[in-house]
Amino acid sequence: MSCKPMKKDESVPLAQHRRTFFTQAAAGVSLMALAPGVRLVELAMANSEDSLPSNDKRWGLLVDTAKCESGCDECVSACNSEHGLSGHGRPETDAQWIRKVDLKDEQTGHELSIPILCQHCEDPPCVDVCPTGASFRRADGIVLVDKHICIGCRYCMMACPFQARSFIHEDLTGQKTHSPRGKGIVESCTLCVHRIDEDQEPACVEACREAGHDALVFGDLEDAAGPLASLSRKTATRELRPDLKLNTGVRYTSF
Amino acid sequence: MPSSTPFWWVAAIATAFVVVGLVSAHHMESAGHWVTGMNNRVVWGVPHVFAVFLIVSASGALNAASIASVFGRETYKPLSRLSALMAITLLAGGLTVLVLDLGRPDRLIVAMTHYNFRSIFAWNIFLYTGFIALVVVYLWMMFEPRMNRFVGRVGTTAFAWRLILTTGTGSIFAFLAAREAFDSAVLAPMFIAMSLSFGTALTLIFSALIFSIRGDGLPTALMLNLRRLLGYFVVAVAFFVMVDHLTRLYGAEHHSMERFILLEGGIYPMLFWIGQILLGTILPVVMLLQRRCNTLAPTLVAASLVLVGAFCQLYVLIIGGQAFPIDIVPGFSETSGFFDGVIAEYQPSLAEFGLGMGGVGLALLTYLIGTRVLAFLPTTGFDSGPSS
Ligand code: SF4
Ligand code: SF4
Repeated sequence: MSCKPMKKDESVPLAQHRRTFFTQAAAGVSLMALAPGVRLVELAMANSEDSLPSNDKRWGLLVDTAKCESGCDECVSACNSEHGLSGHGRPETDAQWIRKVDLKDEQTGHELSIPILCQHCEDPPCVDVCPTGASFRRADGIVLVDKHICIGCRYCMMACPFQARSFIHEDLTGQKTHSPRGKGIVESCTLCVHRIDEDQEPACVEACREAGHDALVFGDLEDAAGPLASLSRKTATRELRPDLKLNTGVRYTSF
Repeated sequence: MPSSTPFWWVAAIATAFVVVGLVSAHHMESAGHWVTGMNNRVVWGVPHVFAVFLIVSASGALNAASIASVFGRETYKPLSRLSALMAITLLAGGLTVLVLDLGRPDRLIVAMTHYNFRSIFAWNIFLYTGFIALVVVYLWMMFEPRMNRFVGRVGTTAFAWRLILTTGTGSIFAFLAAREAFDSAVLAPMFIAMSLSFGTALTLIFSALIFSIRGDGLPTALMLNLRRLLGYFVVAVAFFVMVDHLTRLYGAEHHSMERFILLEGGIYPMLFWIGQILLGTILPVVMLLQRRCNTLAPTLVAASLVLVGAFCQLYVLIIGGQAFPIDIVPGFSETSGFFDGVIAEYQPSLAEFGLGMGGVGLALLTYLIGTRVLAFLPTTGFDSGPSS
């Protein structure tokens, strides 16, 4: 390859074209960059406060690990059938909203088994990172995904410290009308929001009680007289990864 | 007049890559992501390695233009316009991969109209579109004689913008406090060094290609300058990589993750030591800083090795970082039917590589078209001109 300097092409007639091209392109792209700003103003002007649900409640769950039996997965099955999470026999890509995890204290050897699900964090990293705002926290503390605006970027899955979210990797069958889902978007435990809104408790809580374990207590964390708050007052509870200061709505006791 | 056959050959190859990319994306979207190696544990795979590589390189590719107009170095002026064009096309290639890998790429319009301003990801959308806008304006000012006097100012803004852009891209990972591999303050400066290194390597390769297609050679002084710069940038990246690992090795907290990445993690230590360190750092640094190899061919080999290292580095960082299990209950060992406490499996599929290569093909193709469209125009444009 030679190293001689490049020559200039002296022709001029299309100069105008080139300039017009860049002028128009510059204007076009600048508009594109400005458009989101316009949207910001629009959002700021929207009267969103009125349409928010009240925040005098905060729904939560207390897991009594002393009552939670190793090997039992009643809560998992109940969740799967309530929300139609049927799976394709591919555990790595199938959706799972609640799972049983066996723990062993590395120092003492003490063993226990706990369910892990979306912890309905008060400061949820999934909501912070979601670019479109599809991940959101209701005023009553339930963290949900708006299935209409999730783009399936999976950033929330990267951010969730509890691996609580699933991406829908393939076509779905057997969907439930009360729990709409969609291929290509992310989902996680809704705390059975459809049941809560009808004054029922989540399916996992009901299944655990019916199986005779009663390890899950559902209630309003703000209601001092309610079962959750009074139980939490009596015994020491902990949240998972307290170092992250997420103030989770799901808490654990007896470990 | 040089023959245009090489141009069409390169353009045909780039087009073939684009087609493979589109077919791959279509396959992934219609079947669903289960046909890829990605799963609920490793949620970002090879497409993200390519996308981050292209986006980070885009900002570094603007280097030649910045050096010419911000730092007033004459040697780089022949490349100012080419490097600005390259910055745009690389970014467009990277963003296309990112979008086509979404679960719902059809909702792109949603992403453009719904913003969560707490999300660094959303901020990046502004940083990227803003960068493209700024570089287009920059190009316009270089082309339009009446605007030439503003080139320096816009160039400085673009220079600052791209530093922020790279920091923003690095922050996508650095903000993931729950993931040990990414929770590091060194990540942002490391990304800036990476962008300079990868961008300069690509500048060397792309401009050697375009100059040779035109039947001319890359000016020797320029090539020598670029190769020296590349050598320094590769050393800078290596420095940050070293600091990153040393700070982690200092406290016991991260020992098991370090053991995983550096020793016991199978593919990851292999990619780290052989790909990133040996092929991507030591070998090119030796080649670039040795006077005996200061001709074009070894320089291009060294630049290609830097790119191999870049790919390995991003693979280890992005995928290795997810494969290592999150410690949900510190102090306890965890087992479950949902892969808690175990190293996550990830076997990249051909479709993922196809999509990634499609992005590279798109960047190259649009770059070629850009040079060709503007080469039709008066003054051969990119290789000289009033701003230059
Ligand atoms: S547990 Fe995960 S998914 Fe649930 S609110 Fe917290 S961060 Fe979000
Ligand atoms: S996958 Fe959906 S919910 Fe999660 S961050 Fe992306 S857009 Fe938000």
